[in-house]
Amino acid sequence: MTRVAVLKGGGSLERQVSLSSGARVEDALERLGHEVIGIDVGGDVLARIRDADCEVAFIALHGPGGEDGTLQELLEVLRLPYTGSGVSACARCSDKVLAKHALRDAGLPTPDWVAFSEKALRDFGAAEALEEIEERLDFPLVVKPASQGSALGIKFARAPTDVPAALVAAFSYDRKVLLERYVRGRELAVSLLGRVDGTTEVLPIVEAVPQGQDFYDFAARYEIGRTAFVCPAALEEALTERAQEVALAAYELLGCYGFARVDMIVAADSYEPQILEVNPIPGLTDTSLLPQAADAAGVGFDELVGRIVELAQARTARTG
Amino acid sequence: MSISDDDRQRPARSTAHELRRYGGLFAARTGRMRSSAMRELLAITERPEVISLAGGLPDTSMFDAELFRALMAQIADNSTAQALQYGPTEGLQVVKESIAALMATEGMPVAPDEVIVTTGGQQAIDLVCKALIDPGDIVIAEAPTYPGAVPTFCSYEADLVQIEMDGDGMQIDLLEETLDRIAADGRRAKFVYTIPTFHNPAGVTMSLPRRRRLVDLARERELLVVEDNPYSMLRYEGEALPTLRALETPRGSRDGGDFVIYTGTMSKILSPGIRVGWVVAPRPVLAKLNLGKQAADLCSSSLAQYFVAAYFAGDWRAYIAKMCDTYRQRRDAMLDALADYLPAQASWTRPQGGLFVWVTLPDFIDTTDLLARALAENVAFVPGEAAFDDGRGHNAMRLNFSASTGDQIREGVRRIGKIVAEQLTLYDTLTGPPRAAAPQAPPLDDSALAEVVSLPRRGQRDGRRSRDA
Repeated sequence: MTRVAVLKGGGSLERQVSLSSGARVEDALERLGHEVIGIDVGGDVLARIRDADCEVAFIALHGPGGEDGTLQELLEVLRLPYTGSGVSACARCSDKVLAKHALRDAGLPTPDWVAFSEKALRDFGAAEALEEIEERLDFPLVVKPASQGSALGIKFARAPTDVPAALVAAFSYDRKVLLERYVRGRELAVSLLGRVDGTTEVLPIVEAVPQGQDFYDFAARYEIGRTAFVCPAALEEALTERAQEVALAAYELLGCYGFARVDMIVAADSYEPQILEVNPIPGLTDTSLLPQAADAAGVGFDELVGRIVELAQARTARTG
Repeated sequence: MSISDDDRQRPARSTAHELRRYGGLFAARTGRMRSSAMRELLAITERPEVISLAGGLPDTSMFDAELFRALMAQIADNSTAQALQYGPTEGLQVVKESIAALMATEGMPVAPDEVIVTTGGQQAIDLVCKALIDPGDIVIAEAPTYPGAVPTFCSYEADLVQIEMDGDGMQIDLLEETLDRIAADGRRAKFVYTIPTFHNPAGVTMSLPRRRRLVDLARERELLVVEDNPYSMLRYEGEALPTLRALETPRGSRDGGDFVIYTGTMSKILSPGIRVGWVVAPRPVLAKLNLGKQAADLCSSSLAQYFVAAYFAGDWRAYIAKMCDTYRQRRDAMLDALADYLPAQASWTRPQGGLFVWVTLPDFIDTTDLLARALAENVAFVPGEAAFDDGRGHNAMRLNFSASTGDQIREGVRRIGKIVAEQLTLYDTLTGPPRAAAPQAPPLDDSALAEVVSLPRRGQRDGRRSRDA
């Protein structure tokens, strides 16, 4: 039996999903016989973690603060083992611009993009370059904040007139945004799960299939019943292998540990999936994609949660 | 076996297979029941540091705790057994009498047996839908409409058609055109849902001529009109207008007309926590509503109804007067703050009562994204899209002034104004001289509520302001 603090909620925009993830994880840990202390993360989180006197922190937080290395850094200071990726991997993954640079430098496929900061607009008159950017990326293009993990703030721009409003929207979430070439194709999520022996298991692929509405409606992806998820995705073997290979390479390149989910898109008639982002702490509710993928690989939700905790302890045993 | 025993015997894990199995069991209507990014965002407003101008909450802290204690003691002394018992589906007689008396003060004579007590006004809307709506039936409402009614219409798979408003409420000529168009398609609207007085979220009131036209139209076309009237007693200025129900009732008669279904609630004049509302309808409709309510919950809380009865045996007007005084000051604080802090491109309504101001921003601003930014500054509002079922309203927001103090309202509006100003600057930067070909934001008059009459802009102050800023 281990004393586990489950860190959930917090003030990020993904608070609700995080509370669900946290609740499911707590249930699983209790069924596994662990002692569970649930902590809704706020200004007193360090004191509460100290008071909890736990052996492991399970981080069930999504979005800035919990997923970007901030909290991980503090847990390092407390010398408390925690689940999932370390500080540097979290920081790299949760900044889409940094992650895409790393991927491109390593020769891994990711759609072409241009990043745009408020500072560049203000101090360097970057708006003047918009036309060239649009020419290079072509329409439609996707505008997104650099740091959000969910669909929040993601807009399609079909024409130049859509771009300013899309940028204003994306800047509502972050001081840095990116314009990205839109790849129309099948949306795949490849989840990865560590093993205690240090190797990594690539789980069956989940495909998100939008249910017949406007293809450009990102909000639909997050509404119940408007997207179907198929796992394992019905893909040709060569494509499955390539997607898993690319996902594993990205996971290792960015230094992920424990588990992560790599979202990608593959254009019709292509065998080269393009990586959109790597989520260091993807959703952990039982309808979330990583638990579905684990289930398809024969790893039930409880076993998944138990393994993530063991991995946290194993890392500390190895490094410190 | 207790619930917790049962709980422990659940399978040790729920699997994706199980979820898929449930997926096959869900009713088709659940496909229309939506959760949205905006609702996820609004979950954050529970944090204490957030100034929430989002809710529609009355300020229940104004209710006298001693009075509450006395009323509950009175129930304990006189009616413990009855208050803990089931009651009649249509509600306790004494409560229906209180409601009849209350409606009489607003010019609506009704007999107590024309009233069904509901579990909040929300249940009245639900029961009306349950009695009248088959999947694909048309419901007409204002644009924007009460955000809480949209999920109800959706869950009965109604097709919602929304009619533009201006400063005089729903535009009845547009309603007539729409009804003609619907008839030309060989279809028929089941009912018109309207909040004529201190509209939620728009904050406007339907003019008397339009009220008369709507009542006439209902009679001519044999069209049911659901008059939702939660706010009429919260009037801060101006003369009360007759309700649709009052206009339909022949003078001197106790018999209501045939086409207005009236819904009321204790939520705004007493307490939303007690969940007591009511509905008055033509008798054949009332009978169906009663059957629907039997199926839904047998009866509303007896305890809550005894509380209502005890409360209305005393001086219920004093609390409403106290709320009106406080809310008037808060409304003025909000209107002043809007004039001080919102940029010239914004416009807003100036409600004579109720709880809400509706703000319209330039077309390029998406208020759901703006909310995300506002939450980072610890202030919240309801994005306009919640009040539409058709994607409109993305550049509008609803602000509530009843649940925050004047200082909080001023600070909240200041923060919103600052963010809006930032976004305007950003947009100007992005659409500056090098991209002169890009069109500017369309004129405000194109947007959903832009014709709303009282559109104060920055620097315009209303002379009737009750205090200096």
